[in-house]
Amino acid sequence: MSTQSDFRRGLAAGIPIGLGYLSVSFTFGILAVMYGLHWWQAVLISMLTVTSAGQFSGIDQMRVPGQYLPMLIAQLTINVRYSFMSVSLSQKVSRHFGPLSRFFLSFFVTDEIFAVASGEKEVSRSFFMGLALIPYLGWSLGTLLGALLGNVLPDFILSALGIAIYGMFVAIVVPELKGNTSHMVVVFLAALLSCLFYFVPVLNKIPGGIVISICAVTAAAVGAFLFPVPDEEEPEAFEKEGNAL
Amino acid sequence: MNMTHFLCSLLVIAGTTFLIRMIPFVLVRKKIKNRWIRSFLTYIPYAVLTAMTVPAIFFATSSVISGFTGLVTAVILALSKKSLTVVAACSCLVVLVTELILKATGLL
Repeated sequence: MSTQSDFRRGLAAGIPIGLGYLSVSFTFGILAVMYGLHWWQAVLISMLTVTSAGQFSGIDQMRVPGQYLPMLIAQLTINVRYSFMSVSLSQKVSRHFGPLSRFFLSFFVTDEIFAVASGEKEVSRSFFMGLALIPYLGWSLGTLLGALLGNVLPDFILSALGIAIYGMFVAIVVPELKGNTSHMVVVFLAALLSCLFYFVPVLNKIPGGIVISICAVTAAAVGAFLFPVPDEEEPEAFEKEGNAL
Repeated sequence: MNMTHFLCSLLVIAGTTFLIRMIPFVLVRKKIKNRWIRSFLTYIPYAVLTAMTVPAIFFATSSVISGFTGLVTAVILALSKKSLTVVAACSCLVVLVTELILKATGLL
């Protein structure tokens, strides 16, 4: 497929993510200003970080000066899931994805962008750039609007937009489950664990970002143990040094 | 808010987030051959998305009921292989309609 059509396909796939981000970052913008940040500070945080749970926890901790170590630990635990995603993605990118592209484009590895990219057989650079563009703009613009305008969108519109991101997740996961026992078990387990962490007292005190990592890693690990994927054909069977992680 | 404090916090938040994403992406360049790790990486996206969606989807809207109708809509459309945008837009629409009905009947 050509570079240009890959880019356009990525752009289209990014639209629902961007819409979802718009509503989430809108809330972030409102909250940041409530916590005493200037509108441009809220926008700067969003434009340089592009993560939801980490930013929310960050502005919360910023209210107490000097808490840099706890802040660092919180960021690490909430965001450790991204490193799994980056490793997963590293296996799927096309060979045009050189070190420099990886360096810069890794900035856009969010849950949603990763999820959509995972649906590709091979992730090309242009597809990934197209995919990242609208969500990035949505995330930045939503923060700006939230910070400047506060609560102007009527509640019922915000409420409806609130489901956009999850609708998209369902659209990625559910088609894979048809007649696929291994995926079904993994998904069921992840949902079960996630509910436990949400509803069971004590467990529900653990911050959301790390909970997602715990649930996902456990479910995927059990899945890998019970249902190992079939071995790939190995065209480079003689390449001994290639046996590296 | 003090400017130094803001800049230091920004550095911590943005810096750690970037490094966590960037280091594995740049360093892991070879195809992983270990079967267990490859299986793990195959399952991880679906596990992440599911853990993020359930039970959060039920609390993402103004009412658990509209969250539920939105989810059912998404599942049905996803099973008939509709695109991400169509699925997401339709579930938003169904949430909107459900909540209008709930309001009209005094349930919300």
